[in-house]
Amino acid sequence: MSMESEARSRQTRRAWALSTPALLLLFLAAAGPLLIVLVYSFLLPGKYGNVEWGFSLDGWRGILYSRDIFDGSLKLADAHLTIFWRSVKLSLLTTIITFVVGFPTAWFIATRAPKARAMWLFLITIPFWTNLLIRTFAINEVLRNEGIVNTVLTKAGLIDAPIRMINTDFAVLVGMAYVYLPLMVLPLFAAIDRFDMKLLEAGYDLYASRMAVLRRVILPIVKPGIVAGSILVFVPSLGAYVTPRVLGGGKNMMIGNFIELQFGQGRNWPLGAALSMALLMIVMVALLVYVRAATKGSNPHG
Amino acid sequence: MADRNFSATRIPGFATIAVAAFVVLYLPIFTLVIYAFNAGQSIAVWEGISFHWFAKAWANEAVKSATLRSLIIAVSASAIATSVATMAALGTTRRPAFRGQTFIYVMINQPLMVPEIVTAVALLIFFGVIKQATGYQGLGYLILAHTAFCIPFAYLPIRARLEGMDLSLETAAADLYASDWQTFRFVTLPLLFPGIIAGAMLAFVISLDDVVITEFVKAGGQDTLPTYMLGQMRRAITPEVNAISTGLLALTVVLLTAFFLLTRKKG
Repeated sequence: MSMESEARSRQTRRAWALSTPALLLLFLAAAGPLLIVLVYSFLLPGKYGNVEWGFSLDGWRGILYSRDIFDGSLKLADAHLTIFWRSVKLSLLTTIITFVVGFPTAWFIATRAPKARAMWLFLITIPFWTNLLIRTFAINEVLRNEGIVNTVLTKAGLIDAPIRMINTDFAVLVGMAYVYLPLMVLPLFAAIDRFDMKLLEAGYDLYASRMAVLRRVILPIVKPGIVAGSILVFVPSLGAYVTPRVLGGGKNMMIGNFIELQFGQGRNWPLGAALSMALLMIVMVALLVYVRAATKGSNPHG
Repeated sequence: MADRNFSATRIPGFATIAVAAFVVLYLPIFTLVIYAFNAGQSIAVWEGISFHWFAKAWANEAVKSATLRSLIIAVSASAIATSVATMAALGTTRRPAFRGQTFIYVMINQPLMVPEIVTAVALLIFFGVIKQATGYQGLGYLILAHTAFCIPFAYLPIRARLEGMDLSLETAAADLYASDWQTFRFVTLPLLFPGIIAGAMLAFVISLDDVVITEFVKAGGQDTLPTYMLGQMRRAITPEVNAISTGLLALTVVLLTAFFLLTRKKG
């Protein structure tokens, strides 16, 4: 008994010892600095950027309110709310679009013969690992005034002047749906791949229509994959920085660009820190929802 | 049923949407690659084939130094990340649950959960403090930052490989009086090697592609290839950016293909 427990604690020590270098690096350059951001969110902004030591809630207050220049009273900051609303709206729309396109795509891949399936899966994985900047740039070339869409439409005589798509919310939405589609398809594929296709035949044998089978049999069973895909798309969309910067221009900012602004021209580091922490909290809530749904999904009657 | 081709798994319209999705995914990338070979100045008007822009990008000092910097960072970060991830994977797999296991998992996967912009801002502040205290301005910050977010990408394939290896061979080696080190060196490591290479390649690709964290951490004149490209996109774009993209793309595809071949064969 005591020998066994000693062997066990020796094993535990070994596990920790082997993990320590990785944990140290992660604490130093990933988790630890987040604590500093938390501290900075409660400090005063410095005149030329950075912070001044002194406790203040202005950083957090500044997320929603701005101080009137004349009488110093607090009022809702419309500009900030516009940016939050745009971020949430575009992220939700991105999630919906990638689901509507991604579900059939994942289904298609999962129902191929094994060899073809490996090929299609590889084809969806390549864009997944391809530089996000390159893919954003590729979409930029499609949407620009002198881009592919406008060139084709002009040559075909359908339009006289190019349709302005770049630097709009629409461009950001198209870009995000484009770059995040593989993130939706992969977990959906994993869920559909585990799905027992015999259930479909059972459904049809019981005179269910295709729509009824899709809604009452397939969707409930692959729900964990749907939740996983939605989180995987929603979370990076909400924190997106590159895509709105390249496709949205300076005006169509999302939260990520707004945070950067505070560390640059905005010179309000506490506000930037508070915004970062708020974004992190939203993401953590989304991840908790995911963990809940995923553990429920492992129950066969879920 | 009257429909002789009835297949339970076929849902009308799904195949069409799927094929359309693949076309839409690849068409912009193909166009980007094709215009890298454009003889003219434009990225929309085709003026014949040439390697002019590749040569121009290659002759550009800024591109050269950014490429070199990207490679130095990616090689260092993926090497360090893979080493520590291998150790962590050896420590955390193939053993009964232990205290703090969840904490270790959460810490290792933390970079996958926190939005990049938040980490970027955190590192901007943290490294700023250190820069002021020590005066060191070198590439170390970028290498450290990249190492941290590469760790989960290196860890996952290594752990997956380890979980597929049972302990019987190691036990046999120990029974034959091999020391712990000999067992590791001559049994575990060779079996684990494909996983380690796969992890290292993913880490390399992830480091090479990073934009956001690099953009915030880099000091002046420390552009990597992606941040150089991001800077170029604000100006008039010439096919030079296409040529650089094509080079990066080719490297990614080669590494990924190798990764797939490595992880597909189950040892």
